Amino acid sequence: MNDRLPPDIAAVVNESGISIQPLYTGDDVAASGGLSMLGLPGEYPFTRGIHPLMFRKQPWTMRQYTGFGNAADTNARFKYLIANGQTGLNVAFDLPTQCGMDSDDPQAEGEVGRVGMAVDTLRDFETAFDGIDLDRITVSLTINGAAAILIAMYLAMAERRGFDLRKLRGTAQNDILKEFIGRGTWIFPVEPSLKLVGDTIEYCAEHAPKYSPVSVCGYHIRESGANPAQEMAYAFCIACAYADEVLRRGMAIDEFAGRLSFNFNIFGNLFEQVAKFRAGRGLWAKIVHERYAAQKPGSMWLRMIAGGGGSGLTHEQPELNIVRGAYYALISALSGAQTMALCCYDEAYTIPSAYAQRISLRTMQLLIEEMGLCDTVDPLGGSYYIETLTNQMRSEMENVVADVDARGGIVSLIASGAIQSQVSAQAYRRQRDLESGRMRKVGVNCYRTEGEDPQVEFHPYDAADARAQVARLADVRTTRDNAAVARSLDEVRRAVSEGVNTMPAIVTAVKAYASVGEITAVLTAVVGRYREPVRFED
Amino acid sequence: MSTTARERPIKVVLAKPGLDGHDQGAKVVVRALLAAGMEVIYTGLRQTPEAVTQIALEEDVDVIALSSMAGSHLAFCRRLKPLLDDAGLDDKLWIIGGNLPRQDHEALRALGFAGVFPTGSRLDDITAFIESHAGDALRKLEDTHS
Repeated sequence: MNDRLPPDIAAVVNESGISIQPLYTGDDVAASGGLSMLGLPGEYPFTRGIHPLMFRKQPWTMRQYTGFGNAADTNARFKYLIANGQTGLNVAFDLPTQCGMDSDDPQAEGEVGRVGMAVDTLRDFETAFDGIDLDRITVSLTINGAAAILIAMYLAMAERRGFDLRKLRGTAQNDILKEFIGRGTWIFPVEPSLKLVGDTIEYCAEHAPKYSPVSVCGYHIRESGANPAQEMAYAFCIACAYADEVLRRGMAIDEFAGRLSFNFNIFGNLFEQVAKFRAGRGLWAKIVHERYAAQKPGSMWLRMIAGGGGSGLTHEQPELNIVRGAYYALISALSGAQTMALCCYDEAYTIPSAYAQRISLRTMQLLIEEMGLCDTVDPLGGSYYIETLTNQMRSEMENVVADVDARGGIVSLIASGAIQSQVSAQAYRRQRDLESGRMRKVGVNCYRTEGEDPQVEFHPYDAADARAQVARLADVRTTRDNAAVARSLDEVRRAVSEGVNTMPAIVTAVKAYASVGEITAVLTAVVGRYREPVRFED
Repeated sequence: MSTTARERPIKVVLAKPGLDGHDQGAKVVVRALLAAGMEVIYTGLRQTPEAVTQIALEEDVDVIALSSMAGSHLAFCRRLKPLLDDAGLDDKLWIIGGNLPRQDHEALRALGFAGVFPTGSRLDDITAFIESHAGDALRKLEDTHS
């Protein structure tokens, strides 16, 4: 039948370049490689899920991205979400914090507390997590360039509150290589940045062995223009770069691979997305097992947060984003992601309101409580279409990984700007396809409504809040032991200059209330700053 | 002098102001302007008002374009405007795109940003606007110099 498609029926090709047939049978499954990579949930290669019982044992963690203004405001929103049934936190930091600047830095003007919580010193972390049970609520820090400093702050804060670091769970995004591709909160050049990620992995493996120091993000690579197969393949290449960095130091793969985690995007074709996640689980297990000879099953698990992506949502008819979010959550549940986050319906306009965040949370809760998404593991497994597409997506991802390796590896391709140029060329073509109507987007290029004013509550920004944050920082600077701060910063300088692990010195510095900007300045004085390659090839 | 044919392509500096790292849209616009035959200097991220002014001056551009996604556009443009004015760049075409709430558009225009292109703007509309208005600015300049 597939070869006899009538000429008046249009061809369908998914975003990853795979041709979609009007009907799938067992022959298609066999032709695409059969079921050799399927297995059972909880068993290698984990295509059907990393745990035998998945959501039957425990529903996915719900972790909405949250943070704005100062630590006290953010703490109040955290408590609101926890009171509404959220089971994890995902912290948004303002841009000065993400770029390693203090709130009183001239370049921070107009940006303090705007797109996330402002953090200057450990005091802000003490306020932000006050009254939150860090054993029950796991915290994810969306921080990259300044990750070593903020991980140190988190561990210091938890330790001072009496939590056992050997049991402390949580995640830092800390994926600097993707930050060079998209999102852009880099600070240091590529090589020293990679070394800092290695420092955090090594340090956490020893001191906080249940903490996940890295969450490798296909998410932002997809937002920057990658297709779904590239999203996952590039993330795996980046994860391998971090693994290689740590292996060079003499650690064994099974000492740290179990704490690597991932962050992936959901928008676009439902079946392509589900196949992407199933294929990715199998491929990552295969890479860790075959390339790195890992033995522990946990080292091979593709542990991930999957979320509805910003690029899927629209500025036009924003209430439709509630519906899109529901489908994205359904995809995430059908795909077996352990943790879920959804962009909110108002996010194309503003920092989400508490109301919009509650709707996203309820969307996930509906799936758990009413729709039976937790009853059975991998409910789409065995579908001719899904199994064929899973095999084809995995093959496509393997092609992308092989291509990256053949071109010199992901680190050099990022350092030269080649990946950035490639994904931006794809983003440009996608935008042209959207504007020509070749790619359909409801409310954007079809079913538009003209003249409606969307009902969106804009998040207020008050410059007085920024001044108050600067005043708090000044207060910390006058009340802390500045001689101890200077000594601790000297230790950071010594560690980075000598090329030893910087984390012990950074932890000591944050405990002395050295600021994000002060520690960053010491590091940049030694390793320099990143300079962006600018390339616009087709 | 009344040249209608342009002697050189329109030259645009496209800057990412402030700390915002969302550059997908900016890079897409760069590609659209290049495809329309313009010469584009893309600054990359983290540009200060001083840096934008200096690049615009040194490169002798016709158009100064900003892409802002993270909400600090008004604060930035208020700092940029006097610098551009003082540098004698007030006769250039200033435009801005990105996540720009409707209630800020009037303030941006009042600051001198003749083109305001919020999320959802079409690439062809942006290039067409530049082609017609940068032309106006150039012709106006040529008239005063003739």
